[in-house]
This record gives sequence, structure tokens and C-alpha cells, in this order.
Amino acid sequence: MSSNSGSLRNPNSGRTFRKVLRTLPTYALLSLVSLLVVIPFLWMVSTSLKDQTKVFVFPPQWIPDPIVWDNYPKVFERQPFQLYFFNSLYIAVTVTVGTAIFAALAGYAFAKLRFPFKNVIFVVLLSSMMIPAEVTAIPLFIGLTNFKLTNTHFPLIVPPILGAGGMFGVFLLRQFFITIPGELDEAAKIDGCNPWTTFWRIMLPQAIPALATLSIFTFLNSWNDFFDPLIYLSSKELYTLPLALSTFTDQTGTDWHLLMAASVMATLPLLLVFFLAQKRFIEGVALTGLK
Amino acid sequence: MLDTSEKTANPVPVAGKEAESTFSLDKKNKNKSRLGRGEKWYGYLFISPMVIGYLVFVLGPIVAAFGISFTNWSLYNEPALVGLSNYDKALNNDPVFWITVGNTLVFSLGLVPLNICLALALALLLKQKLPGIGFFHTIIFTPVVTSIVVWVIVWKYIFATDAGLINQFLKLFGIQGPAWLYSENWTMLVIIIVSVLKNVGLNMVIFLAALHDVPQLYYDAARVDGASPWRIFRSITLPLITPSIFLATTITVIGSLKIFGQIYVMTGGGPGTSTYVMVYYIYKQAFQFFDYGYASAIAFILFAIILGLTIFQWQMRKRWVHYEQ
Repeated sequence: MSSNSGSLRNPNSGRTFRKVLRTLPTYALLSLVSLLVVIPFLWMVSTSLKDQTKVFVFPPQWIPDPIVWDNYPKVFERQPFQLYFFNSLYIAVTVTVGTAIFAALAGYAFAKLRFPFKNVIFVVLLSSMMIPAEVTAIPLFIGLTNFKLTNTHFPLIVPPILGAGGMFGVFLLRQFFITIPGELDEAAKIDGCNPWTTFWRIMLPQAIPALATLSIFTFLNSWNDFFDPLIYLSSKELYTLPLALSTFTDQTGTDWHLLMAASVMATLPLLLVFFLAQKRFIEGVALTGLK
Repeated sequence: MLDTSEKTANPVPVAGKEAESTFSLDKKNKNKSRLGRGEKWYGYLFISPMVIGYLVFVLGPIVAAFGISFTNWSLYNEPALVGLSNYDKALNNDPVFWITVGNTLVFSLGLVPLNICLALALALLLKQKLPGIGFFHTIIFTPVVTSIVVWVIVWKYIFATDAGLINQFLKLFGIQGPAWLYSENWTMLVIIIVSVLKNVGLNMVIFLAALHDVPQLYYDAARVDGASPWRIFRSITLPLITPSIFLATTITVIGSLKIFGQIYVMTGGGPGTSTYVMVYYIYKQAFQFFDYGYASAIAFILFAIILGLTIFQWQMRKRWVHYEQ
């Protein structure tokens, strides 16, 4: 009622002014938090372009003078950075692809196929998501050492795909396949498809949106993983980016300008993808919330 | 949550289905039972990689960890059963263990309320349809996708004693800032703040989704009744999003008990033992001192705490959460 009477009156400038005024605290608070979040990134980029002598200069320089692009190539001279980059990338891609395949396969079976003890097995598998990785890490480490698999990339690739991390994918894909109407696979069956061809030709193409979301989540987890590389890897040439960055400090007595250049390079590709595919990204990461 | 709208149905099975509808039902059922038998084996085949993975990488290790916690297994001696002595040592004879428990709890108690309240406030602000609001949403979420190592390294630099941005900023006003990362009074606070900023975007997104699910109808009705914004928040918004608040709180509490990366990169447990937390202690015992037995016992105590909290929150949830679909 009140809004009705408002619209009958002439637009009141005082009123719109008050409206704008009322949004000000919102913008102020959002800006404050955003600033706290943005400052580390800006400071990282700024420092990465500074001359070594200007890193500690007072008052702080936001725009470096002079701008030293040379810090970036220097990172590669100091450390086999391209190798760390490659390690991180190929591990994350393998884990992502592997998780997508095995999670989709098992998720489809749990959602659409009929076999004895299906639901019991599903619940048992699901329970593994409650177990903290810190508890299983010790026996896994001992076991993998016995098989001479520590100080290889095996522990960073296979357990994440088939272990507790993969179970989350199974759960996610099962929930997705359940929403696909049963007529579709019935029809495929009658057309002579066996479960494998139904899965491969009909179900998997349907699941691409769900797989995209799962893949973002998986890729990020693998790319940013720190605990596993830390306990399993000892040879430098096997290091992933986060592990390599964490050791930068000790070795070079913290050359902040180089460390920041390396951090920028480790972060930038992911941030670019994030800004391009934000919606899917936020969806994918928010899935951790379901975990 | 998942986008199911953009699937373009494969035309072949649909056409097949239409043709099929003229066939007799009998034949369909016969087909089903014949295929049903094979279906069972396909089912087991499809889940077998995950089942094997579960046995090898989850069930096996958890049983083994439980067993190891009753031995004195380390890199330097052959394992022998020692009964409950690892647990006894942790609970009764190891002051460091209790320090790590205390520090973990301090971190958790500092982080969780701050994270949840800030995330809720941000979600409420972002829910408004104002110009440019999406920009803030993106920015505040950015640290969630950033590596914890990178995030912490940058903050370590910002909080550095002499050349850090914060102390340089304070210097502009003639204030001599403290040695943030070398003073027992400040370090934990710094870690809490850095951790909140890293992850607040995640809970914010969860809350925002919950807020969007509250039917607009209730708000309209309340407004007609002349309810104040605070009253609307107390009586409509808050009760309706309690399931999400509980979920987010559970995740955040469990995550906070497992804090590791921040400590490893920023402080190494110091200064003194002021940021020595449980997972860092497990890491030290297992992978630096190679005392597998004792480390497993501590890991199981952590597991028990997490399990207890999860169950507790489930019970509370039944009592406090009013509206659940």
C-alpha cells in the first residue's frame, strides 16, 4: 500500500538521496573487506617488480620505481621453476581426468544399475569422507614406502582419485545421474545398448555440466594441495608449486622480490581461469560445503 | 545447484523410445530380466575401482592406524605392542600435547565465530540488488581459490616486523608496530585473521545460496505487517537459514581443527609453542621424528574429537534447526 502511494507522488529527490545514502554503509563495508583481500595480491605483484634494494624502502612503494621485469626470468635461474610448474600441472590434470572417469562410472552404477548390496556399499564408501586425511596418512606413508612409491608422484595421483577425495565425486555424480529420467536408459537398453554403451554414449554426455563442476573442484584441490607433497616428496625435481614456494624462504634467505614473482606466476593462471569461469568456479568450490 | 537445463537429449534413444511404445509390455519385461542379470556384473565392474580404492587407501589405512597407535613403531625400532601407553603418554605425560590441544582450540574459538559472522554479514549485504555488487562477490571469493601457501607467504611479508606493510603503515603515524610473528601475544591473532580472510568467501557463498532460497513472500508479508528490518532478520531470515549456518559451522570447526599449512609456512609452531597445533604436532611426530605409534595415537585423538563434534552438532541441529526440507 505504502509503495503505491509513493508512486503516485512526484519523484521526490530527497527520497532518492536518502536511498543512496542508505546503501553507503553497504558499499563501505564491502569495500573494506575487499580491500583487505586485494591488498595481498597487489602487494605481491608490486613487490615482484621491485629492485632488490627497494623491497624494504620506507615509505612503501606501491608502484615500483624502477619497474624490474628481470625478477621473473631470475626466478627460473634460481630454481627449476618450469619443472615445478609442469609437475603441478600434469598431476592436477591427471587427478582431474581420473576422478571424472571413475567417479562418473561408479556414480552411474550407484544411480542407475541394479545389483545386490548397492546402497550398503554406497553408504560405506561415503563414510570415508568423514575420516580426516591426517589419520590415514601415517599407514599410507609406511605402506607406500614399502612399495618404494614414496618420493614419486604416485601418492599424489592415485590415492586422491580412488581414495576419500574420489568418493566425493562418486556422491556428486550419483546425485546428478539420479535426476536423469529413467526412460532414457530404458530406451537405450531396448535399443540394444549394454550398461557400458549406455553409460559411454548416452549418460556421460549428459553429465558434462556436473563433470565440469567436479573437475574445477578436483583441479583446485590437487593444484593447491600442500600436505601430501610435503610428506611424500624429497627430491627437488619432483616438487609441486606450493611445496617449492614453501621452501623458497629458507634457501634464499627470503629474497622477497623473487619469492613474490614466483608466487605471482603460481597464482596468476588459476586466477585468470577463475575470473573467466567464475560462476562454475564458485559452484565447484562451494561444493566443498557439501563435503 | 547443478545445471541440468542445458543438456541436449540424444535424439537416438528418444526416437527409439517412441517406436518402442507401440511394442507389447511383455517383451519389454522379458528384455529387462534378461539384461538384469548382466546388469549386476556391470554394476560391480563399474564400482570396482572405487571399492578397491576404498579398501586400499581408506579402510586399510584407518584400521592400520588404529593398530599402529597401540605399538611403539618408529623408524628406529621394530614394532611391538605397548597397549595404551601412547594414549597414556599423550593424555598424562606429555605437556606439549595439551599445549597443542589448547592452541588448536584457541584458533578454532577465534576463527569460527569471526568467520561465520563475517560471512553472514557479507552474504546479507551481497543479497541486495545494488550496482557493482557482483564485483565484490568475486573479489571476496578470490582467496578461496588461491593456494594457502601463496596466501600465507604474502601475509607473512605484510606482517614482517621491520619492512612489513602493516608496520610501515603504522610508522607513518609514528607508531612502532609489534613483532607480529615473533610475539606470543600477537601471532595466533595474525593467523586467525589471515585464515578468516582466506576462507570467509566460502561460507559467504553458502549463506548467499541459502538467503536466495528464502521465499520472497515471507518478506513481503512481514513488510505489510510493518516489521522492522532487525525483526525480519530475527524472525524470518535467521530461522530459515539455520540449516545452512549449522552446515557451515560444522565444516568450519572441523577445518579449523585440522589447521596446518598456515602454521607450517608462517610460524613453524612458534614463537615458543604459542602456535603449535595438533596436526602440526602429528606431522612432526610422524614425518620428522618418525614416531609412527605415538603420532597415530594423537591422530586418533583428533579423529575422536572431530567425530564427537560432528555427532554433537547433529544432536544440536535436531533441537535448534526449525525448518528443514
